[in-house]
Amino acid sequence: MAGINSSVAVMTNAMIRTQGLTRHFTVKKETVEAVRGLDLEVQKGELVALLGPNGAGKSTTLRMLTTLIPPTSGTAQVAGYDVTTSQRQVRNRIGYIGQGNGAGHSQRGRDELISHGRAYGMSRDKARSRAAELIESLDLGAVADRVVSSLSGGQRRRLDIAMGLIHAPELLFLDEPSTGLDPQNRANLLEHIRRLRAEHDTTIVLTTHYLDEADAIAERVIIVDHGKLIADDTPARLKADHAGDRIVLQFDREDDARRAATESLGVVTGADIEQVAGTVTISADGGTHVVPKLMRRLDEAGVTVTSVEVARPTLDDVFLNLTGRSLREDGATTTSSIDQELAA
Amino acid sequence: MTTLVTDTATVFTRELRPVLRNPFSVIFSMIQPLFFLALFAPLLPSVVGGESALQWFVPGIVVMVCLFGTSTTGANLLFEIQTGSHERMLVTPLRRPTLIIGRALKEIVPMFAQAALIVAATIPFGFDLHLAGAVLGLLLLSVFCVGLGSLSYTLGLASKNQEWLFWAVQQTLLFPLLLLAGMLLPLDGGPGWLQTLAKFNPLTYVVDAERALFNGEVFSSTVVPGIVSAVAVAAIGLLVGVRAMRRSS
Repeated sequence: MAGINSSVAVMTNAMIRTQGLTRHFTVKKETVEAVRGLDLEVQKGELVALLGPNGAGKSTTLRMLTTLIPPTSGTAQVAGYDVTTSQRQVRNRIGYIGQGNGAGHSQRGRDELISHGRAYGMSRDKARSRAAELIESLDLGAVADRVVSSLSGGQRRRLDIAMGLIHAPELLFLDEPSTGLDPQNRANLLEHIRRLRAEHDTTIVLTTHYLDEADAIAERVIIVDHGKLIADDTPARLKADHAGDRIVLQFDREDDARRAATESLGVVTGADIEQVAGTVTISADGGTHVVPKLMRRLDEAGVTVTSVEVARPTLDDVFLNLTGRSLREDGATTTSSIDQELAA
Repeated sequence: MTTLVTDTATVFTRELRPVLRNPFSVIFSMIQPLFFLALFAPLLPSVVGGESALQWFVPGIVVMVCLFGTSTTGANLLFEIQTGSHERMLVTPLRRPTLIIGRALKEIVPMFAQAALIVAATIPFGFDLHLAGAVLGLLLLSVFCVGLGSLSYTLGLASKNQEWLFWAVQQTLLFPLLLLAGMLLPLDGGPGWLQTLAKFNPLTYVVDAERALFNGEVFSSTVVPGIVSAVAVAAIGLLVGVRAMRRSS
């Protein structure tokens, strides 16, 4: 009975599947390889963060997946359809919240929500009731009937989210959703995204260059750099695989420190142990489990520890280990790109 | 399910809404033409081209209002490209051509309102309204408006990240087109080269046809060239507009 319906064959749980996805730009006669041979698979219901420095190719990837720009080579299937040959089918199934404001500045929020719904073929009544529902759930009641240009940054962002959700898409893309938001609005936004994932099982792909954001929200982090995928896992596993915990022990006397370093060798095997003056730094996996054992051993040996600190690795440590560069905003390597962003 | 027609209606309604919510914006683009009407028309000799000055001048001003309002409309799209709402619409299933067609069709509405205002304002001063002819004239002008609006939106798309480019091109073209169409003064007495240039201006034929129609001369020989010119502008405008919109990202 094989081959009754060939379309069944392509039905899998994959929401996104790319093969060798590549995009070149020509800037001043020079070819810039923004995305280079990306192979990616995102399953239904996943919450994925694309993490990378500015210019890593995150937005270009998103723009290809949302049919805004065609790939130079390679293929991408989104929600079961090819992004170059079946654009309308893809567009019907995805929601997109870009870096800018989706609502026209001379329009009123509610009007924009309704016309956005109409664009997806919703009836006038359906669009109106859905708009009212989203205005309610995103707490926009007080401003929905005002001109968009009079709204605050946070209110506009919530309106953008409402617009992206008008047709209850099975797959939602968010491009740098929290850029330019204050901490409270950022926390708010992340809460909305989590709720969306929990209540509607929406597949969510977002780009960010905020490490803490990717760490806090994503179940899966894809790190891209120079247009290439360099790591792809859960935040916890990325940290476990690419960066260990750091245990920092302080001693009053240097020879205590020296003895402690020797004693530590017996407790943590295969770890990096470094002793400088009264400080011993141990890089090890599962640092929190090691510390109690370590303390007992040092106590038995009669070495007095004055302070202990366990630093959990961050995604920045992961990025640093993978690329030799830091991803932090205040890191020297990223300041130039931030300057570019400010100048743009 | 959506069709080309429902998509066009969605874009059209969206574009029209701010105009209806703030009707004053319709008057705003009329300010300059109204100055010409109030401060320039009285300078005309009492008889122009064999008819009263006002009778000759008002149809030209109606076209001018359409020209001023519609040629700047692409700036709205340019602004939406900059803020991100254009991108948002590109990701919806709205058919690309309707993003131009719906917008261009919307230009007709303010044009009708502005023409009505001008006619109403000039009747007390002796303008003689031929209703049937005037309505036909406005229908002809609608076709031209759609083409001009489409061209303005195309310019908006082409200017993408360079706002100055839009205004430079729009301002550079506006006045030569307007003066060479004999909108303010008749070109009959002008030098030969000027009259030749005017022949290459599609707007000349539209203005001449409008004068005939507003005077009730529905079967005048100038009407057909006007129709041909307006249809040609609309066809070319929509063609390049749809092409530009298809390539928009």
